Order: sequence, then structure tokens, then C-alpha cells
Amino acid sequence: MPVTETKAFEPKIVAFCCNWCSYAGADLAGSNRSEYPSNIKIVRVPCSCRVNPMFILKAFQRGADGVIICGCHPGDCHYSTGNYFTRRRMALLFSMLNYLGVEKGRTRVEWVSASEGGRFSETMNDFASTIEKLGPNHRLEDLRCKQK
Amino acid sequence: MLSITEAKLYEAFAQLKKNGEAVYLPVDNTSGEADFAEWKEGTAISKQLKTVRSAKDFFFPQTENLMKFKVHGKKINVIDTREELSDFVIFGARACDVASFKLLDRAFIEEKPVDTYYENRREHGIVVSIACSKPAASCFCTVYDIDPTHPNADVDGYRVDDTFYLEAKTAKGEKLLKQIEPMMSESDDQCVKDQIATTEKILKNLPFANLDMSRFNGDNMMDIFNDPKWNSISETCLGCGACTFVCPTCQCYDIKELDTGDGIERFRCWDSCMYKDFTQMAAANPRPSQKERFRQRFMHKLVYYPKNYNVYGCVGCGRCVDKCPTHLHIVNVIKTLGEEGK
Amino acid sequence: MQTEMIKRAKELLADGTVKRVAGWRSGDFQYELSPSIFTDAEDLEKNFQYSELAASNMSKYMIKESRKEGKVLIFLKPCDTYSFQQLLNEHRILRENVMIIGVACDGNLDIVAAKKRFGEGLLSLKSEGDTITATTIYGEELTAPRQELLLERCVNCKSKKHVVFDELIGEEGVEVETTHRFDKVDELDAMSEDQRFGFWQNELSRCIRCNACRDICPACSCENCVFDNPESGFSNKGAAVQMDNDMFHIIRAFHVAGRCTDCGECSRVCPEHIPLHLLNRKFIKDYDGLYGEFQAGSGEQETHPLTKFNMEDLNPTEALNRGDEE
Repeated sequence: MPVTETKAFEPKIVAFCCNWCSYAGADLAGSNRSEYPSNIKIVRVPCSCRVNPMFILKAFQRGADGVIICGCHPGDCHYSTGNYFTRRRMALLFSMLNYLGVEKGRTRVEWVSASEGGRFSETMNDFASTIEKLGPNHRLEDLRCKQK
Repeated sequence: MLSITEAKLYEAFAQLKKNGEAVYLPVDNTSGEADFAEWKEGTAISKQLKTVRSAKDFFFPQTENLMKFKVHGKKINVIDTREELSDFVIFGARACDVASFKLLDRAFIEEKPVDTYYENRREHGIVVSIACSKPAASCFCTVYDIDPTHPNADVDGYRVDDTFYLEAKTAKGEKLLKQIEPMMSESDDQCVKDQIATTEKILKNLPFANLDMSRFNGDNMMDIFNDPKWNSISETCLGCGACTFVCPTCQCYDIKELDTGDGIERFRCWDSCMYKDFTQMAAANPRPSQKERFRQRFMHKLVYYPKNYNVYGCVGCGRCVDKCPTHLHIVNVIKTLGEEGK
Repeated sequence: MQTEMIKRAKELLADGTVKRVAGWRSGDFQYELSPSIFTDAEDLEKNFQYSELAASNMSKYMIKESRKEGKVLIFLKPCDTYSFQQLLNEHRILRENVMIIGVACDGNLDIVAAKKRFGEGLLSLKSEGDTITATTIYGEELTAPRQELLLERCVNCKSKKHVVFDELIGEEGVEVETTHRFDKVDELDAMSEDQRFGFWQNELSRCIRCNACRDICPACSCENCVFDNPESGFSNKGAAVQMDNDMFHIIRAFHVAGRCTDCGECSRVCPEHIPLHLLNRKFIKDYDGLYGEFQAGSGEQETHPLTKFNMEDLNPTEALNRGDEE
């Protein structure tokens, strides 16, 4: 049942961006002044495969409504093979989360290179609107972290 | 004795709920086991003998907030999280559960300083027991002088087919029964007496009815402590907490803190002396191997308790017997380390 | 078979080949066998038992036992050998200090199911062909079809072949051609997200965080488990909120993914009978489908799907949406 809220739902999103490609891409988006939502918190990691499944669960526990991992395109990883492992790891993890009933769209992996400033903001906008449609995350939430 | 049919019992629960008193009772879950749950319209009482978790949850919950902290600049606010509780009813506790409350009272209330969190819950809890009529093979409460046919709670209950016979034993119990008087009727209690007689016959023939506890007392403490049999019996103990968490008398807890991002929540949670990190200090765990941990748990229940308080720390409910993954439970210990094993 | 096993174990103890024997000890009830280490022949003769009730997988104890002085003899059922081989692949067990006798197995009985069927007064269980006879403290003698009282992992047995052994007792079997291991996983996959959420919340809300599943799992052998580390933010105890429980199980299943041999011990020991194997089997089904069939512990494998990659691997969103009609 839709609830009338005094203000529209603003999703909290955590984006893990690899230092060499996607973080640089985010930087470029900034210099180009291409807009993307300000409620996306970027966490810089050396490589997308640094992202431990526990980080993703922690992000949800701490109040995130969606988590996205951005890395280099397959074949272009700064560390040669990191993002190949990310691919397998996240495919299995996201499948497990969905198996437990967490909505499919809440997690995503996207490949963004350093020169794709426009694509970075496009991706973020798209992800934010997906999460907005899905609504607040209740299936992986910890109410203790949502008290004010 | 006052009696109430099952249908009327649920009416009584609804009445109590309306009066602001929640009712908790054993309910079957999808795995076929029973656990205590809050009664609401449509909930039916389980016919199972034992719940997986004991009733100690109500007075000593698995996790409980102790306090909260909020930092404002250089000030820290300490927030008392104790809630105003209203009375609640635990319906369907067994004699072993009731006996365990007395052991927990000793640790939380009788020893000063009083644990106010526990005391608060204990004051508001009204215990209605249901006497056992079909004991399990793993039961041995009689070894500890507990009579499953006379639990001695606030209200003692007996279930015969689909009728419950209730007898108030304390002032709290009488107050409770008064609230649901219209749903009850005065009945002849011959069937209850018959049930008690049948149960007593079964109790004598339980496999563990004659466990020999004679070696387990304070005088033999060092003798038992140094017994080499601890080495072999503890060898395959996993060090999980299954025995601890289903036990009605285990009472150890850990205090932890959670950073919620907006403050700190300090809470306590059940701990198990079987765990590797139990009472871990900077130097290490004072009990370095599983043998010491295994030995300590049973010494605590079977030797230190009688030495200090003249009562055993076990109520013979048999939950650890049912649930231990490797079947290394207290009965095994009693037989191996007791007179029988000598 | 029990007599043969005791005889061989006594021989090996007597001639000094082994110093200890890992096997099953009779317990306080006829149907409870404890995993145990035996050191003398008399103890073996009196207390060693092997039957359809010997459900414990003793491979994990070998991590410690193989580092003690002298060799240890272990009896392994077919599914146990997969766990053992997996631990060998991870260099956790010193192979030269363990002697393995593979024993044939015709399925283990599920004591929980038996108690549900025959009541809490259960005293003994015995198979006679296709029927189980039970006796109770109430003097009853009851029967049930054996097939209905087998452990789930035995109903869906994947192999009666021992993948690692020094000697064999009993008839050697083969890998099972088609099992129904993934039927329940498929059923869950076919449900809607909401239904799955309802199913798992119902199951995982009963978790008491006793860690029995973690401690019995042969794949969970870390000396310092992440859940024992107070700095990790994930606790081994204290289920304060439902998400705590969810996180424990997701993380544990993920940590053993690719190394879990599907031995079924986790579900067997859970005091609340949560079907934990369904989490592990989901991972197995996924990586079988995405990266090629892989059975942990089936041979001398140094790697598993999560430690390898392929240029053609699907991206996670594509992988998640494969099989959707949209």
C-alpha cells in the first residue's frame, strides 16, 4: 500500500569504485559537470575484486538501499585479472541474495572506464532510479542503524 | 480443580491480551519442533513435550539492550534503555523450566548486586506450567528431585486430552486465574490424579532414572578435576554452543557494543563457555584447549554448584541430550566421571 | 562389517601401524553414536560401532589428529571421503599420518525424523530389510518404511564411491548418475522473490546462533574464524536482529562455496532443523550452471570455480537474469 510521505524517498546508495578506471571515470563526470545523484556514496578501492561480500552486507546493514560495484572493463583491469574474479564472485553473491528474497535490482556490477565520464553518471542515474522504484530496503535492514 | 477447554483457553488468552498481558506458549513451527511464541488469534498450543529453546528466554533474553550512548560534541549522553514492562504470561512451562528459574534467580537476584534487567522481567512474568504426562527417554529431572507432575509454578496445569486443569499455587497465580474465571468451570479432577499415577510409573522406568550422582559433590572436587577421563571424553567436542543455548540453566553472557553510525548500543548476549573466545583476555583464553572448556562446564554444573549452593546446576531436562551434535552430553559425563565410571 | 572393522583396527594397533583409531562409539542410547578416538583394543571391542546410525563425518578431526604423534586410522563413508579429499587439497591434513579404510554405506538414519515418527520415548532403531522397527519406553514396538527415515543427504546420495582410501571394507560403489539433490533448490528458484523471502525468514528466524553448523563443517576449518574476530563486525553469537542471522548464514555459505562437498552435516546437527544445505546447494547449482560442473573433493583439485575465471564468463547482471523469459 503506497504511503504518502512528506518527502519523496531518497535512496541511499553505496558505490564501490575501483581506483584506476571507475573512480577516474567518476572524476571525469565531475569535471564535465554531468550530474548524478548526491546520495550516492563512493568508496574507492584499488580494484573491484577488493570488494568482499561482507562489505556489501555491511553497507545494507548500515542503511544502504542499493549497492553498486564499478570496475574496469574485462580485459582492462589494472591488475590484469582482478575484475574476472569480481565477475564470478558477484554473480554468485547476487544470486544468493536473490535466493533469500532480496530484490534483484538492489545490487549491480557495472564496468566503467576512466574515459567514460558520461557513462558513469548515466549508470548512477539509472541505478538510483531503479532503487527509487524498488523502494527502501527492508529485507536486509538493521533497524538499530536506522534510529535517529 | 478449575478446568478450561482448549477453545475456551484461547478465549482466555484473548481476554488477557485485551487486558494488556501478552501470553506466550509453545507453538509448533514448520520443522516440527516447538518454540515459545506470542499468542495471537489462530495460534494453537503445541502438544510437544519440550521446546527447543528453554523458557529462560523470557527472563534472560538472548540479546538485551543494556544502554545507549550518544555523543554530542564533547558530551556523552547515557540513555537508559530499560522499558516499562507490563505483566506477561508464560503458558506451558514444564517442571524442569520452572526449576531452572530458581537456579537463575540465585545468580541474577540473590547474589548482590541485583541484576535489575532480569529482576524487572521476573517480577512481571507469571508462569503457568503444564505437568508432563509423556516424558521423553532423554528426561531425568527426577534425579534432581524435580517432580514433573508437580511443577510448582505460579499456576500448575494439567492437560488431559483437550482440557486443561489449573491450580493456583501463588498469589500471582490466583490473580491470573481470577482474570479468566468466566471461561473456567469447577471440575472433578480424578482424571488428573489418574494421569499423575500413570506418569509416576513411567518415570521410574526412564533410562536415566537411576543416574548415580553420588561422586559429584564438593568433597571430590580435586579428584574429579584431575580425572584423566576428561581427556578422552572431550576429544571430539566441537566447541559449538548448542548445549549452552538450549540449556535452561546456563547463564553466561557477553557484553558487546554496536556502532549504529549514530551512537553506540551496548547490549548483552548469551555466551558459551565452550567457545574458544569465552572470557578471552589479552594474554589468551584462560582455558586453552577444548578439554579445559568441556571440563569446566560440567564441573560448574555438577561440582561447583553443589559445593557452593548445595544444589545441582542441572535440571535434567534432556535438551542437551537431544541436541548435542556429537552426543557428548551431561548424562555421558555423569556416567563416565561418576561412580559408574570408576 | 562392524566385526571386520574392529578386527582390522585391532590388527593395525597391535602391529604398531597406527596409534589411534577414529570411529564411532556407542552412546547412552542405542541410536546415538558419538565420534570418538580409540586407543586400545579392549575399548574398541567393547564400544566401537558401525551401523546405519554412524552419521558423523570424522574428516575434520583429522586436521588435529594427523599432527599428533603416530598414525591415526580413520574409517570413512563415501561422502566423508569427499570432505577428506577436500581438506587434503587445502593442505590441512598431513596425509602420511592418516590411514584410511573406506567403508560401504547404505544410508544413515535420521534420528530427528525417527523421533517425530515414533515419539520422544524412542529407545532403539533397527533396520530389517526395507523396514525400521523402533522400541519406546512405553513398551511399544513400531515400524516404518526405511526410505522415509533416511537422512536427506542419503535419500539424495550423490556417490557410493570412495575418492580416497588405503583399504576398503564392504562393496565399493559408484557415483550416482542422477540425483534429486537440486529439486528443492529448483523449487525455491521458481518461487517469487516475496515467497522466497517468506520461506527463508521463517527458517532463519529460528537460528539460535549456536554455531553447530560452523563447527561441524569440514570446510569451515579456519583457525581464526571471521566470526570469532570481534573486530570484524560479524559476531559468532548474539542474534540481536534478524539481519544478524541472515548475514551469518550468507557469509558462511559464501566462505565455503566451492569447497563445500555437500556432506549434509550442517543440516543434520542444526538444533532447529534449518535446511542449511539448501544454501550451499544453491551455490553449487549456480556455479555448475555458469562455470561447468564441479564437485569439491572429488579429486586432487587445487582450484575451484571461485579461484578461477574464464574470459567468457557472464557479467553478474546477465548471470542473474539468465533463464528469465523477459
